[in-house]
Amino acid sequence: MLYNEPSPHEVKVLTRRFGLADSASIKTYLKTDGYVAFEKALKMKPEEIIEEVKVSNLRGRGGAGFPTGLKWSFVPKTSPKPKYIVVNADESEPGTCKDRLLIENDPHQLIEGMLIAALSVDAHAGYIYIRGEYRYLIDIMDKAIAEAYEHGYLGRNLLGSAFHFDAFTHTGAGAYECGEESALLESLEGKRGVPRIRPPFPAVVGAFQSPTILNNVETFCAAPAILRDGGAAFAALGVPKAGGTKLTCLSGHLNKPGVYELPLGFPVKKMIEEVGGGIRNGKKLKAFVPGGSSCPVLTAAECEGLTMDYDALAKVKSMLGSGGVVVMDEDTCIVKVALRVMRFYAHESCGWCIPCREGTAWLRKLLQRFHDGHGQRSDIVLIGDLAKNMLGRTFCPLGDAAAMPTISFVEKFRDEFEAHLDGRPCPYEPANRLAAHLVAQ
Amino acid sequence: MTLSPHLEAKFAKLLTSYPPGRQRSAMIPMLMFAQDELGQVTQELVEEVARRIGCTPLQVEEVLTYYSMLHKKPLGKYHVQICTNISCMLTGGAELWEHASGKLRIGHREVAADGFFSLEEVECIGACSWAPAIQVNYDFHHHVTPEKLDRLLAGLRSANAV
Ligand SMILES: Cc1cc2nc3c(=O)[nH]c(=O)nc-3n(C[C@H](O)[C@H](O)[C@H](O)COP(=O)(O)O)c2cc1C
Ligand code: SF4
Ligand code: FES
Repeated sequence: MLYNEPSPHEVKVLTRRFGLADSASIKTYLKTDGYVAFEKALKMKPEEIIEEVKVSNLRGRGGAGFPTGLKWSFVPKTSPKPKYIVVNADESEPGTCKDRLLIENDPHQLIEGMLIAALSVDAHAGYIYIRGEYRYLIDIMDKAIAEAYEHGYLGRNLLGSAFHFDAFTHTGAGAYECGEESALLESLEGKRGVPRIRPPFPAVVGAFQSPTILNNVETFCAAPAILRDGGAAFAALGVPKAGGTKLTCLSGHLNKPGVYELPLGFPVKKMIEEVGGGIRNGKKLKAFVPGGSSCPVLTAAECEGLTMDYDALAKVKSMLGSGGVVVMDEDTCIVKVALRVMRFYAHESCGWCIPCREGTAWLRKLLQRFHDGHGQRSDIVLIGDLAKNMLGRTFCPLGDAAAMPTISFVEKFRDEFEAHLDGRPCPYEPANRLAAHLVAQ
Repeated sequence: MTLSPHLEAKFAKLLTSYPPGRQRSAMIPMLMFAQDELGQVTQELVEEVARRIGCTPLQVEEVLTYYSMLHKKPLGKYHVQICTNISCMLTGGAELWEHASGKLRIGHREVAADGFFSLEEVECIGACSWAPAIQVNYDFHHHVTPEKLDRLLAGLRSANAV
């Protein structure tokens, strides 16, 4: 099902089957070039598949943006251990709701992507780790897997070859941290979602202590198009160092929030104004988060000339992340946003390392006090310092994910923090806004 | 412990889904699917799962306390989960939470006296573009307003009235 109208600005590659009748069925899939790329890949050498993915300039869609072809090439060729494919469908980064659509509308595309990855490293089993809240997707995925077995796209001797591959779904049970790759692998083994020390990275020691390709749903879903139409064609859709399209989840104060497939390098202003229909109620843009709540916030002024791609966003010290774009209008209280974001990280911190466990808890308390109007001027500096001291000092990147946006909130919106000082109530709460107006009279 | 035929089939499939000697992997899925039927993770279930995957009950206990969706106490027949994370907060999720809590007269992770509804303020549920969003058990509801929520809750009540 689609939950929002498509936009004419979209370039539909991964979402091309969305909206077709029975789009999740293998019948529809096979009628629309389904499993053609797998057939092609079966005749290719593993190095050739990886080369095609490298040419495509596909970068990981789960958050870090690591080049996918390169990641696949790290899997040792001569390991005596079995190799595994693991799909990260934990999708829990606030602002992100795209993997859900890819599985719901086109589960066979994901299976085909897993098969292509498997061929490139000679893996024979794959697991799809789906967050517990997405129970309905397990049913959809299990049905697609059963269909693929029936039609000879999973199991033994696939399409008459010697290649065999089995796919399984696996449910999470509510933990943001289990989206972090090494915590996910622990969880997959029936343990608490506490991350592993890295290196070794999953490519070398992953699922069941064996070499593993672990990618986001959207990353795997790009593989069939890359093999079918060629890596160069996929690369050409994007910008020089980032190929293809990105499923972009627009949310917040927009007239037309929704998930849209946009080519990499899409202009931010056009994305907000045309794709997203502009800010609702005729308000002005105050700020936006480009890729999920872990990314540093950007101001309206920073949007000028900015494009949605890894390098352009890195230049302004933010990130493309998972593609969760959260748009805030001029009436948004940034202190409240900072507090809500920190409440999330404090709740989700797995507690394993001290800078993150204690840091997120302290920051949550400080921000709460601030928003309640009991903040002190020195707290503004303290919040920034605490967050900066977490950076790079935590066991896994969740600590950074909590610190980075916080630093950006206090640095870019210091005036809003100051407006909450000395017992002053939040000036952005509608009730207080009225009171402030009366006082002015 | 006797399980429903559906659960027996699920468990059997799960035990063969992982590499040899890795049956422990089935723990969390087993607990989740069983909890759906039993309404909670009972001590009996902990022991049953432990036995089937070759762990100690303590090892199961240790894992299940980590995961927010696994619970040892029963929830309401309808567990209402309201997202107040960033995208939902910006579009009225916090007000929706207040409304629901006032209406049902229960707070975070509380169960109403008759056991019909329970309530939870949840983190992002992956429906940000169609915010504010809630889940009732596993069902998603998008663009939820206080009025829409009232209708939904009333609908569940009347559908269950005998
Ligand atoms: C705290 C945390 C949560 C994460 N959550 C997710 C997630 O829900 N989905 C996802 O694909 N990647 C998530 N990641 C990124 C993964 O660790 C990993 O980099 C990614 O799945 C690799 O796939 P890719 O190369 O295709 O992006 C998370 C990372 C961190 C640190
Ligand atoms: S940074 Fe440390 S405490 Fe935070 S989630 Fe990672 S390992 Fe756990
Ligand atoms: S923030 Fe509420 S569903 Fe994502």
